[in-house]
Amino acid sequence: MGIVWYIISLPKTKKNLIFVALLFCMINKVVKSADEAIKDIKDNMTLMLGGFGLCGIPENCIAALVKKGVKGLTCISNNAGVDDFGLGLLLQTKQIKKMISSYVGENAEFERQMLSGELEVDLIPQGTLATRCMAAGYGMPVVFTPAGVGTEIAQGKEVRKFKFNGTEKDYLMEHAFDSDFAIVKAWKGDAAGNLIYRSTARNFNPMMAMAGKITIAEVEHLVPVGELNPDHIHTPGIYVHRIFQGEKYEKRIEQRTVRKK
Amino acid sequence: MLDKNGIAKRIAREVKDGMYVNLGIGIPTLVANYIPEGINVELQSENGILGMGPFPFEGEEDADLINAGKQTVTLLHGSSIFDSAMSFGMIRAQKVDLTILGAMEVSENGDIANWKIPGKMVKGMGGAMDLVASAKNIIVAMQQVNKAGESKLLSKCSLPLTGVHCIKKVVTELGVYDILPHGGFKLLERAPGISIEQIKNATAGRLIIEGDIKEMLL
Repeated sequence: MGIVWYIISLPKTKKNLIFVALLFCMINKVVKSADEAIKDIKDNMTLMLGGFGLCGIPENCIAALVKKGVKGLTCISNNAGVDDFGLGLLLQTKQIKKMISSYVGENAEFERQMLSGELEVDLIPQGTLATRCMAAGYGMPVVFTPAGVGTEIAQGKEVRKFKFNGTEKDYLMEHAFDSDFAIVKAWKGDAAGNLIYRSTARNFNPMMAMAGKITIAEVEHLVPVGELNPDHIHTPGIYVHRIFQGEKYEKRIEQRTVRKK
Repeated sequence: MLDKNGIAKRIAREVKDGMYVNLGIGIPTLVANYIPEGINVELQSENGILGMGPFPFEGEEDADLINAGKQTVTLLHGSSIFDSAMSFGMIRAQKVDLTILGAMEVSENGDIANWKIPGKMVKGMGGAMDLVASAKNIIVAMQQVNKAGESKLLSKCSLPLTGVHCIKKVVTELGVYDILPHGGFKLLERAPGISIEQIKNATAGRLIIEGDIKEMLL
């Protein structure tokens, strides 16, 4: 209470300064660039990166990581990009030590590094990947899933029988991911860190945003607080620590499939 | 002998009105082209779509809107978008009525291998392990014989497994098979012009033939 009386007793000009400072501490998560957002990412850290294929990937942060040159990274991401885009860029520069993914086709450099043993690869089912992110964001240390029971990915994992939906079957115990940073891409966001994704660029971004010890969000449109409809927000700002408006989004299409008019 | 489109056409007859259907990459994707008129289904794409539509018209592609095969697609009226955890949540909770996927090998006890050839092809399982572990109704669409002329319907899979005891129906260029609960490929239909002898030669696992096997309707 003492501090409150102290603030009240201050002259008006000083009081205003303190209020402005408080406002900034509480809600302003805006950083000016990708470089600033990733400045404390260090060698050998574990990162989660949102996106499915090249859709909804944090292009600006990936470019900044290449520029910064951090090495020995463990990357949790559904895919590993293509040779010259997405996480493929970090593979080319050999900054990734280990990939945790569900599907890594369409990337020759990845395949070469994996077969030569330069790159450690942990392939896990896509739903398991999503759910291990979700578990981290929901504060659950483990989840049970039937995916992979009886296959090589079950090796060394605890198997338990549960009855669900009227059937008893085996489930694998899977652990929540533990990552230093989560880097996600959203369509719109505000200074409080609230995020809205667009179309299937949503994919893994919401649950990775929830799962990072520190979550960095890059957005196509950074809007003033109050502009986003609370009913439309996919990721509440509480999960996001840093946000910035990205630039020059390439949004490359991996498989352009069309029909004639 | 059926071509890929023929296999897709036959499988389309298994699709019933009102179903939520997940189509895998390859032949399964073609099934969407043959769903009969009057049958309304919602296609699920595991990257987060229900109500997926056809490819966009030229010039209308949207980089933010792709299917699980990373192809540009469209949305139909009444579609919805969701995140990957929810997508696999609805798969795990068996809300999706029918899953159609490809395979490299299927065994007579319903095991499937379709994600890895050790030392050769290691691309990952994507969503296949989640789908086969949870789906209540899976149809495998595949070529029965590989390029070397060897059967892919086996007594035991030789490749790393994707799932165990999960496949109940297989449609190939030669026929339609049920996998019986106690094991064995039960021949239900022959592809047009295919003899029982040809099917026997192309099946390495236990083949069960009871009575007269009719040619399939397409």
